Amino acid sequence: MDRRKSLKAIALGTLSTGILLDACKEADKKTTADTAPAAIGLGPDRMEEEKAYLVKLNAEKFFNDHELATITILGDIIIPKDEVSGSASDAKVTDFIEFIVKDMPEHQIPMRGGLRWLDLQCLKQFEKAFIDCSETQRIAMVDQIAYPAKAKPEMAQGVSFFNLVRDLVCTGFYTSEIGVKDIGYQGNKPNQYNGIPDDVLKQYKLAYTEKELKECISFNV
Amino acid sequence: MGDLQIKKQPTNYDVVIVGSGAGGGMAAYVLANAGLKVCLLEAGPIFDPAKNSSQLKNPWDSPRRGASTKHRPFGDFDASYWGWEIDGEPYTKEEGTQWDWWRARMLGGRTNHWGRISLRFGPKDFKRKSIDGLGDDWPIGYEDIKPYYDKIDQLIGVFGTNEGLENDPDGYFLPPPRPRLHELMIKNGATSSGVKVIPSRLSILTKKINDSRGACFFCAQCNRSCQVYGDFSSSSVLVKPAIATGNVEVVPNAMAREVMTDKEGKATGVAYINKIDNLEYQVNGKVVILAASACETSRIMLNSKSARHPNGLANSSDVVGRYLHDSTGADLGGVLPTLMGRKRYNEDGVGGMHIYSPWWLDNKKLDFPRGYHIEYWGGMSQPSYGFGMGMQDMNGKYLVNGKQKEAGGYGASLKEDQRFFYGASVGMAGRGEAIAYRTNYCEIDPNVVDKYGIPVLKFNVKWSDHEIKQAKHMKETFKEIMHNMGAIVTWGGDDGPENNYGLHSPGKIIHEAGTARMGNDPKNSALNKWNQAHDCKNLFVVDGAAFVSQADKNITWTILALSMRASEYIIDQLKKQNI
Repeated sequence: MDRRKSLKAIALGTLSTGILLDACKEADKKTTADTAPAAIGLGPDRMEEEKAYLVKLNAEKFFNDHELATITILGDIIIPKDEVSGSASDAKVTDFIEFIVKDMPEHQIPMRGGLRWLDLQCLKQFEKAFIDCSETQRIAMVDQIAYPAKAKPEMAQGVSFFNLVRDLVCTGFYTSEIGVKDIGYQGNKPNQYNGIPDDVLKQYKLAYTEKELKECISFNV
Repeated sequence: MGDLQIKKQPTNYDVVIVGSGAGGGMAAYVLANAGLKVCLLEAGPIFDPAKNSSQLKNPWDSPRRGASTKHRPFGDFDASYWGWEIDGEPYTKEEGTQWDWWRARMLGGRTNHWGRISLRFGPKDFKRKSIDGLGDDWPIGYEDIKPYYDKIDQLIGVFGTNEGLENDPDGYFLPPPRPRLHELMIKNGATSSGVKVIPSRLSILTKKINDSRGACFFCAQCNRSCQVYGDFSSSSVLVKPAIATGNVEVVPNAMAREVMTDKEGKATGVAYINKIDNLEYQVNGKVVILAASACETSRIMLNSKSARHPNGLANSSDVVGRYLHDSTGADLGGVLPTLMGRKRYNEDGVGGMHIYSPWWLDNKKLDFPRGYHIEYWGGMSQPSYGFGMGMQDMNGKYLVNGKQKEAGGYGASLKEDQRFFYGASVGMAGRGEAIAYRTNYCEIDPNVVDKYGIPVLKFNVKWSDHEIKQAKHMKETFKEIMHNMGAIVTWGGDDGPENNYGLHSPGKIIHEAGTARMGNDPKNSALNKWNQAHDCKNLFVVDGAAFVSQADKNITWTILALSMRASEYIIDQLKKQNI
């Protein structure tokens, strides 16, 4: 039985609501690479105070165009396209970062100041802002701040900044549709949980005890 | 505001209940099914998991990818409205003391997002003073409450196994889910240190129990509340069927101000402000039940002063607000190298651990008086805000697919690292019993009111050496289990006396109890053994406030059992015209 059919079987067999059928319809839909922040009303449940707060946040703009362009280039250096998945910009990570610094104001000064620090370093070393540097120059700059243990002491502020950007880019990417698929998370769908697959038990030389097999719920799938 | 007036509800109810969580929901359910007319006041809006749950949303459905806000401290998908702070509703603390107060404002309260850990207290848990000389014994024993635990297991549904343990009683259990991979490894690691590991006991329906609720479909998201009512929330499992009897009127957004009393000191009803129209209301009932959460209930009692109750309602004993205590808590986590680079499959399971460790030692042989249980987590969970962060602390330390790398980095190599480390985390948390002290309390702050003009609580709570020593023991145990498993501790492992061994500040575990405790002696307890106020026969308290002590067990199952027991007593006493 394929997955969609088995989901329908679960739904019809055990439940009285439409939720699982909706989930099946969802699975039938062609997925798109769209990872834009959910609009109000389409996202999670919201109480009135949360709706008002989101309206306020969405009306604000924090980064200027130069800063956004810098973040996008940094994002694609940190998470480039590879044989498994797309890049940070494919996953619209810059949009996420623009939102999250408004939502978490503690990121605002480190991001704004760090971006300026980066431009000033590039200006000193290459006489250009980061985005105007050649690809080779950008990588030369990033290599000075991307490895905390071997970075020169005078680069320490740059290391802190890059750690923050790496964190935000990674979290933005791996919580996008592209990123979740890349990392291989297979849950968040209705199923009948049957424990650890046999081949995995074998790989780790583990087995369920007779007591567990007798007492625990199991399903014929 | 020249037209300020109080609107009096014309109906005279049999019972007015304040609060719709576990205690209030159960009271409404039992009383309404017995044919009594009930008014249920709730300080937050209506919430129905079938309509409001964020279950099965993907991380990208949230613009903050599930991160927390002050509105949702446990994350954007979590089903608790508000938490540590509420706009316009402050609380204060005595200098040098700590208390964090969680308040869920919604129909069903905290039961919409809770961990569903559903443990019975054992025989010893009601008689701790007789065992170690600390605190007080309850006026009831396990035999008094057992029939109610039995009924609740079957009415609500809980999975687990009968293990024949002396102080972790057997019950009516649905089959538990099989352990996950990291849980089998934890079990082996813990067992070799003598720590008992058994299937967890969670109120989640691994099998369908009736036609009004669906069975669990294993999405691991109980904290978002369940659209098919496959787990226990008061909103879906108690209040909804209570409303269906036609005997309950729910008043949402009703913030209780005080309990009204007559000249004889009997309760006549409840005064509240409606948060939507901002008008003042009064509703009358033959019986008043408080179930607003331990602290909020004591706040209402202390704010309900009258000639007959000069020290606050039913507080001639001066215990209301006192004996406030929370579970202890300390956590630790790390990575399990054998799980790095693991095979992918769906291991969501239920919304919580499939195994746990009940308290396994004898305190007579230890330097602290009360026990704790251990909760476990780990594995391949749904990514959310925070996922993939801190890679510079990981990828230089462990070989990635056999290669030594420089910490930090970027690019295709970083993507390889993220895939390699995913699903290798593991962690554990101790949740233990604190001693309830008279000197740990909340009181009315004489100087501060909330935006409705209601005087607020001021907290004054400190841990004692007993709790700190217990946390030290937790951390030592956790490190040993991690070591046995071959896991590496990455956080929570370097605690010492300077930070109480990582013991969370009181209130943080969100199990507050004890602020209107029951007892046989009206001089040192607020309630009798039926949750009935000594000083006010038609006032009952059915939330955690009634607890004398709270065991090393999460308190919800006992709140439910006591509330059911008190409600049956109310029905009986009304019939006999004793109240």
